Amino acid sequence: MQAIWTSMSGSVEAGLLYALMALGVYITFRILDFPDLTVDGSFTTGGAIAAVMINAGYSPWLATAAALAGGLVAGSLTGLLHAKGKINGLLSGILMMIALYSINLRILGRPNMSLLGMDTIFPPIERDRRWMLLIVIAVVIVIIKLLIDAFLKTDLGLALRATGDNAKMIGSFGANTDTTKIIGVSLSNGLVALSGAVIAMQQGFADISMGIGMIVIGLASVIIGEALFGAKTVFRATLAVVLGSIVYRIVVALALRVDWLESSDVKLITAVIVIIALVVPTASRSWTMKKQAYKRSRELAGSEAGR
Amino acid sequence: MLRLTNIYKLFNPGTVDEKTALAGINLQLNPGDFVTVIGSNGAGKSTLMNIISGAMRPDMGDVLIDNQNVTQMPEFKRSTFIGRVFQDPMAGTAPRMTIEENLAMAYKRGQGRGLRLGVTRRRREMFREQLARLGIGLENRLRAKVGLLSGGERQALSLLMATFTNPRILLLDEHTAALDPARADLITRLTETIVREQRLTTLMVTHNMEQAIRLGNRLIMMDKGRIILDIDPEKKKSLTVERLLGEFEQISGHKLSDDRIVLG
Repeated sequence: MQAIWTSMSGSVEAGLLYALMALGVYITFRILDFPDLTVDGSFTTGGAIAAVMINAGYSPWLATAAALAGGLVAGSLTGLLHAKGKINGLLSGILMMIALYSINLRILGRPNMSLLGMDTIFPPIERDRRWMLLIVIAVVIVIIKLLIDAFLKTDLGLALRATGDNAKMIGSFGANTDTTKIIGVSLSNGLVALSGAVIAMQQGFADISMGIGMIVIGLASVIIGEALFGAKTVFRATLAVVLGSIVYRIVVALALRVDWLESSDVKLITAVIVIIALVVPTASRSWTMKKQAYKRSRELAGSEAGR
Repeated sequence: MLRLTNIYKLFNPGTVDEKTALAGINLQLNPGDFVTVIGSNGAGKSTLMNIISGAMRPDMGDVLIDNQNVTQMPEFKRSTFIGRVFQDPMAGTAPRMTIEENLAMAYKRGQGRGLRLGVTRRRREMFREQLARLGIGLENRLRAKVGLLSGGERQALSLLMATFTNPRILLLDEHTAALDPARADLITRLTETIVREQRLTTLMVTHNMEQAIRLGNRLIMMDKGRIILDIDPEKKKSLTVERLLGEFEQISGHKLSDDRIVLG
């Protein structure tokens, strides 16, 4: 029982920290309607910047801020490629992701860097008081979520949402949709890099491959969250993303308790979760419709025959 | 107010598919003018609208708004002066956002968009008053998603969003064509009221002959990228559909062919 509880609280903690990344993915994927693959690169960028700066003796808070800034820059470059360079959104993200791989190696200077024994933003804490840290993390994540909600209700935030909803319309009201796209993608990757930085600090190292598959994990969190908790308003949607990120971690943790699955199977499990979450709602809707149509047709045929 | 001088626009220039969409358009709209535009298929009506709004740039000629040359100004900047309603009721609103959020975006037409709250209490009251003008009960549904509205309701909202900030020029691009007759009638009446009350300088493309004659103070007819007839307010009062069609045939040398034409 104790083991399950520990693994549960571990999943919740990881879910909360990865929720920042998932919120970033929500901004591009759902709000801007732009599947941005930069995420795989910018997550590592965040972790790399934080690790290098902490190793160089800077304050972990400054390192975290620098990671955020690095993500903002990476995202704005993807936004520029897409909006000004007129490159297809998916391709802009892939190009940035590939470019970032080299850049991340340059930042790290080697494939991985340890943070063990160094000061991070997480205070050293005894095992049995870890729940206090968990509460602090939860509060901080909720504050960030609320800030994002508030931003999406400002004039600029509304323009950003409209850019993904009906770009022609918001353009006809004088908003520059190139600018809103760049701001959105930049903000998104800022959050992703921030998430990468806190994950690196939490796990005690940054690794060149830590971002691989991050976009799919982000999508999984967004989709699971929406399916379980709904997305009627912005408030609900961002809350769903945070909870979705936690549920995802719990599902993965449970899946890994299955004997014949290994930890290297996580990415396959993630892909399968996303596929199920995408296919099942659509398939069940079309199946219900078909059944309904058949039933109605039979009724009509019956009443015709009765005449 | 609006002046177009010698506007040319070609599609696919230099290829076998070359098409002259506009061939030397000269048009002046005076403040308060409400001009209806009719013409055959491919006469260049939509291109004309796109040139004025900035969605397309002319190959030659100038667009002036309030004596300011805006020919090279991008669409999003020009929209400071121009309100536009499209034919497609889905085009003018953001479906996944609420009515009040849509209005808040329209309210900021041509202004900087910063980090202030979009829907404030004061603005909400103002939106409610404005929506009440439409008389279709939208003022009680401020927080409904626009995607839940019917085509007619969405078009009424689009019309309000395009006009309630008093743009210098209002462009109506067959904005009743995609609606059923009852809804089209409602939107036509609202258009008439709003344009009259706010004295908006308006250019309206329509396929409905009767509507083109009844609404507005001027009527222009286009054919093959040219304005072939410009009927002034005096003559417009005594105009009938038959005379209009007759005039068209006489000047253009062919019948008005428009597969969507409605004689009224």
